[in-house]
Amino acid sequence: MPDWLIIRIFWDLTVTGLALGSIYALVALGYTLVYGVLRLINFAHSEIFMVGTFSALIASTQLLNIPMLEDGNYPYRTGAALVFFLVFILLAAMFISGVGAIALERIAYRPLRGNGDAFGAIALAFLTSFVIGLIFVNETKANLIIACVGTAPISYSYLRFFKKGKKAPRLAFLISAIGASTAIAEAVGIWGPNRREQYQTPRILEKKVLFSALGTDVRIDYVIVIVGALLMMTALTLFVNKTKLGRGVRAVAQDAETARILGVNVDLIIVVTFALGGVMAGGAAMLFTMVYDQSRFNIGFILGVKSFTAAVLGGIGNLKGALLGGFMLGLVENYGSALFGGQWKDVIAFVVLLVVLMVRPTGILGESLGRARV
Amino acid sequence: MKKSRIVRASALIIGLSLVGVACGNDDSTSDGAAASCEGVKIAFFGALTGDAGNLGVNIKKGLDLAVAEFNEANADCQVGIEAYDSQGDPDQAPALADKAIADAGVLGIVGPAFSGESKAVNGKFDEAGLPIITPSATNALLSQNGWKIFHRALAGDDKQGPGLASKITADGKMKVGVLDDASEYGKGLADIVQTSLGDKAVEMNSIDPEGADYSAVVTAAKDAGIDALFFGGYYAAAGKLAKQLRDGGVEAQLYFGDGVLDKGFIEAGGPAAEGSIIGCTCAPFDSNATFLASFRAKFNEDPATYGAEAYDAATVFLGAIKSGARDRAAVLAFIKAYDAPGVTKQLKWDETGEVVGTAVYAYTIKDGKIDGSLGLIK
Repeated sequence: MPDWLIIRIFWDLTVTGLALGSIYALVALGYTLVYGVLRLINFAHSEIFMVGTFSALIASTQLLNIPMLEDGNYPYRTGAALVFFLVFILLAAMFISGVGAIALERIAYRPLRGNGDAFGAIALAFLTSFVIGLIFVNETKANLIIACVGTAPISYSYLRFFKKGKKAPRLAFLISAIGASTAIAEAVGIWGPNRREQYQTPRILEKKVLFSALGTDVRIDYVIVIVGALLMMTALTLFVNKTKLGRGVRAVAQDAETARILGVNVDLIIVVTFALGGVMAGGAAMLFTMVYDQSRFNIGFILGVKSFTAAVLGGIGNLKGALLGGFMLGLVENYGSALFGGQWKDVIAFVVLLVVLMVRPTGILGESLGRARV
Repeated sequence: MKKSRIVRASALIIGLSLVGVACGNDDSTSDGAAASCEGVKIAFFGALTGDAGNLGVNIKKGLDLAVAEFNEANADCQVGIEAYDSQGDPDQAPALADKAIADAGVLGIVGPAFSGESKAVNGKFDEAGLPIITPSATNALLSQNGWKIFHRALAGDDKQGPGLASKITADGKMKVGVLDDASEYGKGLADIVQTSLGDKAVEMNSIDPEGADYSAVVTAAKDAGIDALFFGGYYAAAGKLAKQLRDGGVEAQLYFGDGVLDKGFIEAGGPAAEGSIIGCTCAPFDSNATFLASFRAKFNEDPATYGAEAYDAATVFLGAIKSGARDRAAVLAFIKAYDAPGVTKQLKWDETGEVVGTAVYAYTIKDGKIDGSLGLIK
């Protein structure tokens, strides 16, 4: 494509790039928060996003009874009904993703920190025996019975194994994260109604052109995504900077041991951190389904990698960095794929990351949740 | 000590094999020909799950129907079916192909369903001498590899591409964007369409079929001012693409190849799928009344893309088994000499494995359904 074309379509690409970038940024916040507090790369965060898209799907089709099509057209809603539906779906996705992130921390990470409790052990034991059952028997009822019977001995051994105070090596967290990520995605891919195929989400927002500027038609869904993401990020920043819990998050990020000595409940702060990341991912998931009308069992994978890239690009552990990194990545990808063709999209994203890391190894804004006054 | 153990072991083995022989004799004496068809299987190879799994499911149904009919008519020769679900993934296919080859009961394969996986495994099948008839893999180059076991039950993309291009030209389109999903099939077909269109074509590169956001392509399409767009790829990506093109205000007429001819396209594309034109070298599902009736009776639904082609492919294999072929070489020889009408076309193959009939049909999406009334292109 000749270069003069790129200039003409520049603003078009900017708008769509910013929209996708907002979603990257929201998901990146989850990586950044957890990294800042635990120095842990939570690879399963992408699956929290995926769970969010499915929550949005289930909330709209099951709870709100929105059909996929009405008389051969999209089931558009208008006015107050539209606002109510969008907010309801948003809250549902945020809630489920938040709960999912907390459960993930309990099951996959807390036992490794040496703080494993009965709850996490029982939940993990139930899942373990359920999966073992699945390998041998192919019937749901039998599987459930096997899982119930197997829970007691396995959870007992888990509790014995993860004795309080015994801390697993750093690498174990990474393996646990990758394992949890694969397990969640494959569970949806194997047992979901559409298996590994794509799911459609109903479209209730008519994608009208809101205004035209600089020769570009700006659609309402893009505006909602960008504004919505900025609002959510502002709320998060305020929470971290102005509330007592937020102060705890910053304190643990700076120095967990000192914070503990000074009376901060570190376990609670870690739960809060995961919950915040999960809620942001849920919000991103809802906005994503609104713009792209789709989900899949592995939808989180590439998006998660990109968001993680965005977090590193901006400086991992840095909230503003996640925002900047997300927007930058969205834009660069879009310009790049227009310039070189869509097949180069991912290559461009990672080349940019490499170049930035060569010049600034800690990302554009540097890494730190505690020190650099977010 | 050592010696006596060997003696005892061999005595045991001999004893057991005698029992085995005795049992085998029992079977064959009591039930004559049944033993001769025992363990004989036809395999399905392709995607039953995954991004284009619907197409594989259609094929499997055609195979199931043919085998069920055969088994009903031949009580003394029951043929089994083996399914190898590759998810359409060229990386997963080779291990499955090894499995199929190792199973001596598998005398023929209906598949591999897609071109990418075909390229990955047909060489293996050729080495093993395991005959295949694909009802769907249309990549033009597949028949140029010198594989003796390769046959397809429909014309390849070297026929479909020019057919589609002539349809696009006949529709009066002057500026046609050509896009693909970078797959073996999609890119191959898109390149042929582009070449056939000549200077009417506008190269638009590739998209990632697993990606979610195609806004860069939408912007490019809008800016190029195209009046038609051809996308080479499978239905899931095509649905997403159609939706985003229409959302972005691109009104160009959409054209696709046979990989999009599935209800999954309508599900993914919603109203944006309406009016799209889809080419296929596969016959309309209602082109053979007998096949249609028996398919409806068995599955309580209409056959879909490649169902009839799979039925034809299976029929040829079943004919070979019926004629007494009990090993892969005999089945292959039978196919090479085959010349009889199937439900979709005359089934006769040239030495490269291309079928004699080369019809290309056009389909459209009307009121949320696949409509075959556009009929034959050429």
